[in-house]
Amino acid sequence: MIKLQLTNDNKFWGYRRPDGKVGVRNHVLILPTITCATQAAKQITELVHGTVSFIHQHGCAQVGIDYEQTFRTYVGMGANPNVYGVVVLGLGCETHQARSVAGELAKTNKPVEVVSIQDHGGTLTAIAEGAKIAARMVQEASAQTRELCDISELIIGTECGGSDACSGISANPAVGAVSDMIIEHGGTAILAETTELIGAEHLLAERAVDDRVAKKAYQVIKAMENRSIQMGVDIRTGNPSPGNIRGGLSTLEEKSLGAANKAGSKQLQEVIDYAESPTKKGLVWMDTPGHDIEQLTGMVAGGAQVVLFTTGRGTPTGSPIAPVIKISTNTGIYEKMSENIDLNAGTIIEGKESIESVGTRIFEEIAKVSSGKLTKAEVLKQHDFGIWRIGPTF
Amino acid sequence: MVTNYKTVMMKPVDKVATALENIPANSIVTVSCQDKNYTVELLEEIEFGHKFAVCLIPQGTDIVKYGEVIGRAVQNIEPGAHVHVHNIEGIRGRGDQVAINQ
Repeated sequence: MIKLQLTNDNKFWGYRRPDGKVGVRNHVLILPTITCATQAAKQITELVHGTVSFIHQHGCAQVGIDYEQTFRTYVGMGANPNVYGVVVLGLGCETHQARSVAGELAKTNKPVEVVSIQDHGGTLTAIAEGAKIAARMVQEASAQTRELCDISELIIGTECGGSDACSGISANPAVGAVSDMIIEHGGTAILAETTELIGAEHLLAERAVDDRVAKKAYQVIKAMENRSIQMGVDIRTGNPSPGNIRGGLSTLEEKSLGAANKAGSKQLQEVIDYAESPTKKGLVWMDTPGHDIEQLTGMVAGGAQVVLFTTGRGTPTGSPIAPVIKISTNTGIYEKMSENIDLNAGTIIEGKESIESVGTRIFEEIAKVSSGKLTKAEVLKQHDFGIWRIGPTF
Repeated sequence: MVTNYKTVMMKPVDKVATALENIPANSIVTVSCQDKNYTVELLEEIEFGHKFAVCLIPQGTDIVKYGEVIGRAVQNIEPGAHVHVHNIEGIRGRGDQVAINQ
């Protein structure tokens, strides 16, 4: 096990929310519950400084567990402590009613208001109404000051995307060391990408806190694997991706064994469903696909304030509400895509730096970013959002 | 002549090592992990991040990396050969094989 040395007092400057949670950003979120409202939401973000939103294609003609998962994702995005207040923007006739989402969000006691395009008599009126509310919220948000918070209040999402053969040697073990350190200080780290744990599940199940958690780990793996089996295809036709394969990864199992390194060495406390909030501190596995944006969205909706994202092929990925710290697995891609990548772990491959040393640099960056330093994805307004749909649209 | 090209083998039981730089064909490289050492002549160029066999891997047997099974050889793989999608297959998520067997 790799032990990192403490380099500061394990504090950061965050925003305390009415529900007691701590945010690292102070966004006003324009939350469209239906694809029909996403363009109006985007218009509001162009009118009002300090607002964020996202484009998506969901929120209507969804049923059962698929309806619930999308609903939970919307609520989770608004409830994330990085969000000061929410303008929930609906059309009016959709299955995912803006008022229902707002009703759930009200439980956080943060400012929440609803605007409906149909009720307000059209797009322009709804934009004007939403912008007025958002402008007031942004000004109120700007009056809130950061306070000193403990690292134990952080939920750190971990992710690898555009992996290569270096991922499992450099950046993922370094993120694993950070995950251990966060947990040792009372925080939470989310491991996800169930697809990319196929072939490594026994290693995680061995670390489960009890049999029930171990059983759930095997269950989510089996369910994910069965989806490809039911389609009658080799999962390798989609994962590892062509870029992963060019980077030297030959099979999904190989990719998984590298990806599992992000989980460090701590006990697995629970396995939670997509976009659910962890109920335990420590290492938590969220059941998500390997798809980068769907995974990211699930973790952020689950309450992750900061995400660590390792990449060997290079990616621009970012979230509208959570800073994503990009860490390259090799120095070549760091130099080639430095406009997107925040930190380089390729020094481990070159023998210039240890896993511990890179882990310490990442840990320090988490403290800085949590206190307000912008990540490259934030500067570039990389507001990615994607929901893992688990049922057809009707 | 043995070269100094950088390689890494993750666990002593592994049957493959990873090139940490582009290595030309016919290079003789050393691979070591804990008490296990191999000297291997590469049969072809191995690109940065790609794998080569450190020992003979017979057709149908497991490919071991990280001390775990990452797939299966679809043909005999000689020491020093490039190990990749052309000569190994995944074992998991093989809906295609289920379809064939039905």
